[in-house]
Amino acid sequence: MLIIKDLHASVGDKPILKGINLTVNAGEVHAIMGPNGSGKSTLSNVLAGRENVTVTSGSIEYLGQDLLALEVEERARAGVFLAFQYPVEIPGVGNVYLLKAALNAQRKHRGLPELDAMEFLALVKDKMKLMEMNESMLYRAVNEGFSGGEKKRNEILQMAVLEPKLAILDETDSGLDIDALKIVANGVNSLRHPERSMILVTHYQRLLDYIKPDYVHVLAAGRIVRSGGPELAHELEKQGYAWIGNEGSGQEVSSGS
Amino acid sequence: MSDSASTLEAIISQEYQHGFETSVEADALPRGLSEDTVRMISAKKNEPEFLLEWRLAAFRRWLDMKPPEWASVHHPPIDYQDIIYYSAPKSQKDGPKSLDEVDPELLKTYEKLGIPLHERAILAGVAVDAVFDSVSVATTFKDKLAEKGIIFCSFSEAVQEHPELVRQYLGSVVPVQDNFYAALNSAVFSDGSFVYIPPGVRCPMELSTYFRINAKNTGQFERTLIIADRDSYVSYLEGCTAPMRDENQLHAAVVELVALENAQIKYSTVQNWYPGDKEGRGGIYNFVTKRGDCRGAHSKISWTQVETGSAITWKYPSVILRGDHSVGEFYSVALTNHRQQADTGTKMIHMGKNTRSTIISKGISAGFGHQAYRGLVRIARAAQNARNYTQCDSLLLGDRCAAHTFPYIEVKNASAKVEHEASTSRIGEDQLFFCRQRGLTMEDAVSMIVNGFCKEVFKELPMEFAVEAQKLLGVSLEGSVG
Repeated sequence: MLIIKDLHASVGDKPILKGINLTVNAGEVHAIMGPNGSGKSTLSNVLAGRENVTVTSGSIEYLGQDLLALEVEERARAGVFLAFQYPVEIPGVGNVYLLKAALNAQRKHRGLPELDAMEFLALVKDKMKLMEMNESMLYRAVNEGFSGGEKKRNEILQMAVLEPKLAILDETDSGLDIDALKIVANGVNSLRHPERSMILVTHYQRLLDYIKPDYVHVLAAGRIVRSGGPELAHELEKQGYAWIGNEGSGQEVSSGS
Repeated sequence: MSDSASTLEAIISQEYQHGFETSVEADALPRGLSEDTVRMISAKKNEPEFLLEWRLAAFRRWLDMKPPEWASVHHPPIDYQDIIYYSAPKSQKDGPKSLDEVDPELLKTYEKLGIPLHERAILAGVAVDAVFDSVSVATTFKDKLAEKGIIFCSFSEAVQEHPELVRQYLGSVVPVQDNFYAALNSAVFSDGSFVYIPPGVRCPMELSTYFRINAKNTGQFERTLIIADRDSYVSYLEGCTAPMRDENQLHAAVVELVALENAQIKYSTVQNWYPGDKEGRGGIYNFVTKRGDCRGAHSKISWTQVETGSAITWKYPSVILRGDHSVGEFYSVALTNHRQQADTGTKMIHMGKNTRSTIISKGISAGFGHQAYRGLVRIARAAQNARNYTQCDSLLLGDRCAAHTFPYIEVKNASAKVEHEASTSRIGEDQLFFCRQRGLTMEDAVSMIVNGFCKEVFKELPMEFAVEAQKLLGVSLEGSVG
């Protein structure tokens, strides 16, 4: 599904990622953990194609294509989805309108007929139940006046509607209370599928209590310094990131292949 | 007979000699503006004495006036002696012979806007002899209006058929000396629309220039007068979303609205005149004076405008809230792209008691676009309990455009409540990235965000106009980001 090889990337002049190697197979859930400033969000942004990040060397292969050669929207249409750490507000644009436009843009790209308003509503209402969202949120402007929890649920709703092949969840747990976290995790779990891979980017182990990853990677100073199973997350929780700093850097590990 | 009058006679007869019905050349007055030009225009249109006098008075005032310099727009000085002030009825012989001769860029735009083929030809100024469906539509339309006693005709027709109404109301909202361009228009106006809604009548349909026979080629000095008698209602649509081909660079229109007791006028404009090329060459200068007078108690006037065209826009649709409990509204979306400049806004003049006004202005600047919102809210001493709410938002696309806000507030009555909110924001990189990450193209993303920004104004437009306006914004912004 996804093969990242020796990826180096900078934001402005500052090198952030310094040789990432990672392979994600179909159906796998990978957690990427790390302290602030380790490059977690930069990695998410590189995958989605954000322009402020410059890839200086390395490659990313996605479903056999060169991901880095694709525009942001082309990646999206090819099934790459990013759940944002800070979902943006778009005043005046109805949530339902954005969702429908996005889904139809993707369907059109895949040669599928576009859904009309009735078909779309039926689909989205079904997905909303999953996220325990009130229908009124459909008709509000995108994320405008939404609480932190509502915004994150809205992100997962978009994922449920768009049904991506590779979902990257960037600190989806941040700012959520425990109830909201459970709802979001339930939503994500229900979207696990043998054909769908996920990358969970998170600072805390807490999220992984609810979404069980197949692999855990620890990112520090722009490199993956440790990889392992879910138990790695628990170890981190106990010992803190300082523990990694003491031994890890320099060691390059890839897993999951 | 005075000298000037005899010259006048001579010129008129000379033109008749050459048969001014058919020949374009003979039908245009020579370039330049003098008292004779004004007299000739009036004579050609067979106008009553009072109107000639009115035009002449305007002309004399104009001679002493100077073009306003306070507006935040820049253009080379206009040579008013280098303009042809009368050339109607205009022949289409000078226009392109077929669509093949029309600028392909223009045609592409028509296609994007979904304009039917036969209309594209009309808009592009192609000579067409066939009579289109719209004419017969217009005829049935007119019959229906006549049943209700509604007068909807060209201004020239109104001068002939209803001189008493014209005499009573013309210039009563925008006096001839109001400003430089209004004075010029008053002296030389060519044609325009006239509407009268009798007492107690609710106009059963939206009145649109589109349905007015002979609406084409009203020229660069358009004059519109709408009178809603007591307890009446009318909604008037002006303009067209398609870019109109027009050889006249300077447009100085005047629109006057009069709402008597308990009457309501809703005036919607979509203006998309040629903005010039990307360097700003050849675009229209649109210097227009629009004003409504809420003359009666409980009357209401709403202006809704979507301005995407013209190289330079200078326009302040205003409302004089004279009647007690009268209401004035101004909803505006103005877009400037490439080298376009706009200085636009409104004036709300509160004179009556318990008068209310609302101003919602949305400005969008892209490319090297330059835009100013200029608004005046004046509460006169007698205007007890007047209220105004102003919201003025600017959206910037890119980093070479500019937006300015100049709100003027004058309050002479302590019971007034005046609110002003303003915001300026750049279209967010984050918003664009988010939309694209969901699969939308850059252009669709921009269009969606901009339309969201304008939503409060679009919802004031009649339905089909609103849909067109949305499309128009998308097309006008193409290539402005990325």
